[in-house]
Amino acid sequence: METPNEMRAAKSPPPLEVHDLTVAYTKRPVLYGIDLEVPKGSIVGVVGPNGAGKSTLIKAIMGLLPVASGWTKVFGQPFNQAVTRVGYVPQRESVDWDFPVNAMDVVLMGRYGRLGPFKRPSKADKEIATACLEKVKMLPYANRQISNLSGGQQQRVFLARALAQESDLYLMDEPFVGVDATTEAAIIEILRELQAQGKTLIVVHHDLTTAPEYFDRILLLNMRVVAFGKTEDVFTFENLQQAYGGRLSILSEVALERARKRAEGDTPENVGQ
Amino acid sequence: MCRSHPDRPAARRAQTTVWLPSPYFRYALATLAIVVPTLAQAAQISDLAETSWTEQAIEFFSLEQPIVRTAIVGTVLIGFCCGILGSFLVVRKLALLGDTLSHAVLPGVALGFLWNASKDPWAIFIGATAAGVLGVALVGWIKQTTHLKEDSAMGMVLAGFYGLGICMTTMIQNMAMGNKSGLDKFFFGQAAALSSGDIQLLGIISLVTILLVLLFYKEFLAISFDSGFAQTIGMPARALHYGLMALLTFAVVVSLQAVGVVLVSALLITPAAAAFLLTDRMHWMLVLAAAFGMLSGVLGAFISYLSNNLPTGPLIVLGATLIFVLALVFGPRHGLLSKILRRRRQRKRIALENTLKSVFHLCENSQFTRKVFEASELALERNSNLPAIESEIRNLVKSQLAERVAGTNGARLSGQAQFQLTPQGWIRACEIVRNHRLWELYLTNAADYESDHVHDDAEEIEHLLGSDLVRRLEERLQNPIHDPHGRLIPTREQITA
Repeated sequence: METPNEMRAAKSPPPLEVHDLTVAYTKRPVLYGIDLEVPKGSIVGVVGPNGAGKSTLIKAIMGLLPVASGWTKVFGQPFNQAVTRVGYVPQRESVDWDFPVNAMDVVLMGRYGRLGPFKRPSKADKEIATACLEKVKMLPYANRQISNLSGGQQQRVFLARALAQESDLYLMDEPFVGVDATTEAAIIEILRELQAQGKTLIVVHHDLTTAPEYFDRILLLNMRVVAFGKTEDVFTFENLQQAYGGRLSILSEVALERARKRAEGDTPENVGQ
Repeated sequence: MCRSHPDRPAARRAQTTVWLPSPYFRYALATLAIVVPTLAQAAQISDLAETSWTEQAIEFFSLEQPIVRTAIVGTVLIGFCCGILGSFLVVRKLALLGDTLSHAVLPGVALGFLWNASKDPWAIFIGATAAGVLGVALVGWIKQTTHLKEDSAMGMVLAGFYGLGICMTTMIQNMAMGNKSGLDKFFFGQAAALSSGDIQLLGIISLVTILLVLLFYKEFLAISFDSGFAQTIGMPARALHYGLMALLTFAVVVSLQAVGVVLVSALLITPAAAAFLLTDRMHWMLVLAAAFGMLSGVLGAFISYLSNNLPTGPLIVLGATLIFVLALVFGPRHGLLSKILRRRRQRKRIALENTLKSVFHLCENSQFTRKVFEASELALERNSNLPAIESEIRNLVKSQLAERVAGTNGARLSGQAQFQLTPQGWIRACEIVRNHRLWELYLTNAADYESDHVHDDAEEIEHLLGSDLVRRLEERLQNPIHDPHGRLIPTREQITA
């Protein structure tokens, strides 16, 4: 919400700008009037209770969900004009890991966005994918079918795919869910490295104990932006209580009711079938 | 699901209609012939049948008769299209969608026929495609507007459209121009009923399918694996999805006559499922599924040709099912047979390792002063009977892990021959004891187990620890010397020396 002064000084548009974003979707809580401006080079943890709309926010930014009102801009452009500048790590459970591809195939998909239609991944693309697998220490498993990988390894493959996108802004949906401590440490190290390269990261996270350690900015979300800013300013007892303490119960009830009404009127499209 | 099952008496009655003199009777019973296996309609290709089996085979595969050519080309193209497109259904867990689609097209077939009262391939194609698209759209609509799940929606649409289709085709058969309509072929399929127009259409659809799948392979792969991700990298996921569905509808519609409404979905799913069992890569799955589809097509057409009056559709599907069963049993990685073999090999290895371990214990009891052993000693140590132990020792010798000590060959009495471990056997024995004791130590030290609780667990784990895990255990335990019971853990040097 607060725009840091150094951001104003920078001439280039911010990596992510969200203005009055409202998402209404059938049986779930929704997002209301979200305003956000994420400065370049920050690593933002999106934190909030279950059903706060954390994943919804990520998906709405990328146009995976229909938006009721408001807009989002990525580097000053609508998302669909800046697709190659945004990398995405979806939730691990969002795909079927029995799918007949190996780890390398999945990482190569990260290159598809830059390839354009009719083109196959080139040798250079394969080299990049190899390097990304190496970076997440998954190169020895490149030819493994993905169902033969552990949860943490699968998550690392997803991260490698995002790295292969070579983007400037990364949106990650719960990259730490179901991974072992070693993988978690390896992932956070890679995130820091990306940040050091001037990339911007937005990471949905559910673990309050590690959040202040991992992120330099926190977005406390519960259908609305409860607080957004530097971790030390945002991560206060009052803010957390506000996000988690159920003070918004009336709002959430009204929101649910309105979502139901909307669902009766027009049907939300089911994305990603 | 509403599938009319072949009902024997009815079939026989239908069959008799062919020879009934009165046209009146024929009319009345022709309606039955639509929904029962059309045994009555003896395959035209087989009317030219020769006497002996081999002659018929030569006749068939020489492709001299145009009608055989049509049947083969038709079924091969159908198998090809259905195999490729079905693969996408299988990996996306949309198998029931193929079933829905194939049943939903039936009213469209009837309407297409009514268009100019003939089996015009294009009119039927358009009608059927429209009905199929409508059916799939209805499924989507029901799913979105109610809280019914997709499978229920599919089940209803499938049955509803099929019911409507049966009524419409029956009415057409009852009409004056209907009795020779050949619409009955759409139920169970007859490759010989394919006209040259049908083949043309099939050729076009096959060509379009292969071209689109080759051109958009990367896109189809991406939306099938992770549709959301595909969309975020700028792929038109929705358009691609509908494109795939459209291709699928086309494939189903052109396959109807040869395979039949009821069984088209099997041709979509079975070859793809067999391919899925055999490979872990999507492009190989497509190749295999297409090959299996084509093979089933030829098999079905051939057996139909041999057998005089069996409809092609069920035979094609049986061919595909046979291929699936073969893949299920003999598949190199996921096959039942290889699983059994793997399990047996594993059991054998564990038995060998257990014997080695007992030999190690024997030698350890003598402070390693005595390195030879007899079967009787080992039987005592393992608390087992002599014949079992002797067979275990034979296995050790066969695997070159132990050898008979020279000079004891004369020992006749059972259990008195002396053996010793080969160097290789020693390495394995030390390894296994080391694994066992390391694991016991790990459980007591790191996982806070009582030292008398750890043995049974270690008995199992010792066979599973790989060298990588062992190294990590060593690190964690800082290269220990004694196990929790105070015995020495054989060292790495002992193992390699």
